[in-house]
Amino acid sequence: MTKGQAMHDNPLRGSQPPLLHPDYRSTVLRAPMRPLIQLPASLSDVSQPVYGHLGVSAADADLTRHGPSGEPLGERIVVAGRVVDEDGRAVPGALVEVWQANAAGRYIHARDRHPAPLDPNFIGAGRCETDAEGRYRFTTIKPGAYPWRNHENAWRPAHIHFSIFGTNFLTRLVTQMYFPGDPLMAHDPILLGVPDERARRRLVSAFDFSLTTPEWALGYRFDIVVRGPGSTPFEGRT
Amino acid sequence: MSGDRSEDLVASPSQTVGPFFHFGLTTDATRGVMAMRGAPGEPVRLRVQVIDGAGEPVPDAMVELWQADARGQYGAAAQGSAGADRPFAGWGRLPTGGDGICEFTTIRPGVPATVDDAATAAHINVCLFMRGLLRHLFTRVYFAGDPALDADPVLALVPAERRETLVAQPAGDGVWMFVIHLQGDRETAFFDE
Ligand SMILES: [Fe+2]
Repeated sequence: MTKGQAMHDNPLRGSQPPLLHPDYRSTVLRAPMRPLIQLPASLSDVSQPVYGHLGVSAADADLTRHGPSGEPLGERIVVAGRVVDEDGRAVPGALVEVWQANAAGRYIHARDRHPAPLDPNFIGAGRCETDAEGRYRFTTIKPGAYPWRNHENAWRPAHIHFSIFGTNFLTRLVTQMYFPGDPLMAHDPILLGVPDERARRRLVSAFDFSLTTPEWALGYRFDIVVRGPGSTPFEGRT
Repeated sequence: MSGDRSEDLVASPSQTVGPFFHFGLTTDATRGVMAMRGAPGEPVRLRVQVIDGAGEPVPDAMVELWQADARGQYGAAAQGSAGADRPFAGWGRLPTGGDGICEFTTIRPGVPATVDDAATAAHINVCLFMRGLLRHLFTRVYFAGDPALDADPVLALVPAERRETLVAQPAGDGVWMFVIHLQGDRETAFFDE
């Protein structure tokens, strides 16, 4: 086996994006230029327990019920999955926060200038805590693609932003969930910032009939893996 | 060590928090209050400013902090946000404003009085997210004038000429200023941990 093959067979290799990725223009003035300083686990505080989130209510997980005058427009979907660590252990009690554009590809955010309509009945933010098996579940609508100014005629594929926060910062993860078959994924510098194609596939949700509710909503499964105790830091995964 | 892992059990790739996270992640301004008045310990208002490679303030970063309590203990003191019945929360989260600044209300953390950690200097951990960062960054805030700085084992791993990038400066009235430079001559030391 050649060295190149050995590197390719390591599933960590290329599973995380580098900090500097010039195709994603905003990295150029924001990515640190000097090497990160390696902290041995014995000196790091990432495994120290941090408790930060109580008071999540069940209603927070249904983004179709946050409007003042009815339901949002768009394709109603269920997004559900499990949060596990790299040893396959469930991560219970993790805070899962999501935010997204509406069905037309417009965020409620004041700085979003995309001339697509706002939906008065869609805010696009939700949160929940994982159960004892690490499971989470949201009801929402499928977000639209939207343009951005990274390069000529740049469009983000439809995505839902995810933030995962377990009981320590080892498990901290901010990522984005994509939808199967979206042709824009092949042109997206943010998704393509992840070097390994196998790793990129893990950010694409799977259409899952078992999550659909007949005559109500389609279902997408999105499982999330966070770092486990003693695991390789990020820079060893680029 | 993880070369034989199944690819299904590799941490999911990180993606940027993007420019539009505020309505999803930072609607609760009380997340900037990590310690209520009366919490044990020396009150600290930690003002964090983020500066990009052009020297411009970063107005769309999210800063998360976590730290030990006044006794040097993590996680033991509180669950949830600081509030009437729990005066200290070990973590906080704020967005930067137009000036690249956010300000946390907390206390100076203690240092555990164990033999192993005797040399550790008081510090607050920082986790940084923003548009243009495909992964979050970790750094640490130390306190100027702390006699323990010289013996801190983490600072010892930082090249001597860069250690000052991790040291907050007092600005009077309990305010400590910590400027994060993402690039340039004063680039902050970031950790891979
Ligand atoms: Fe987005």
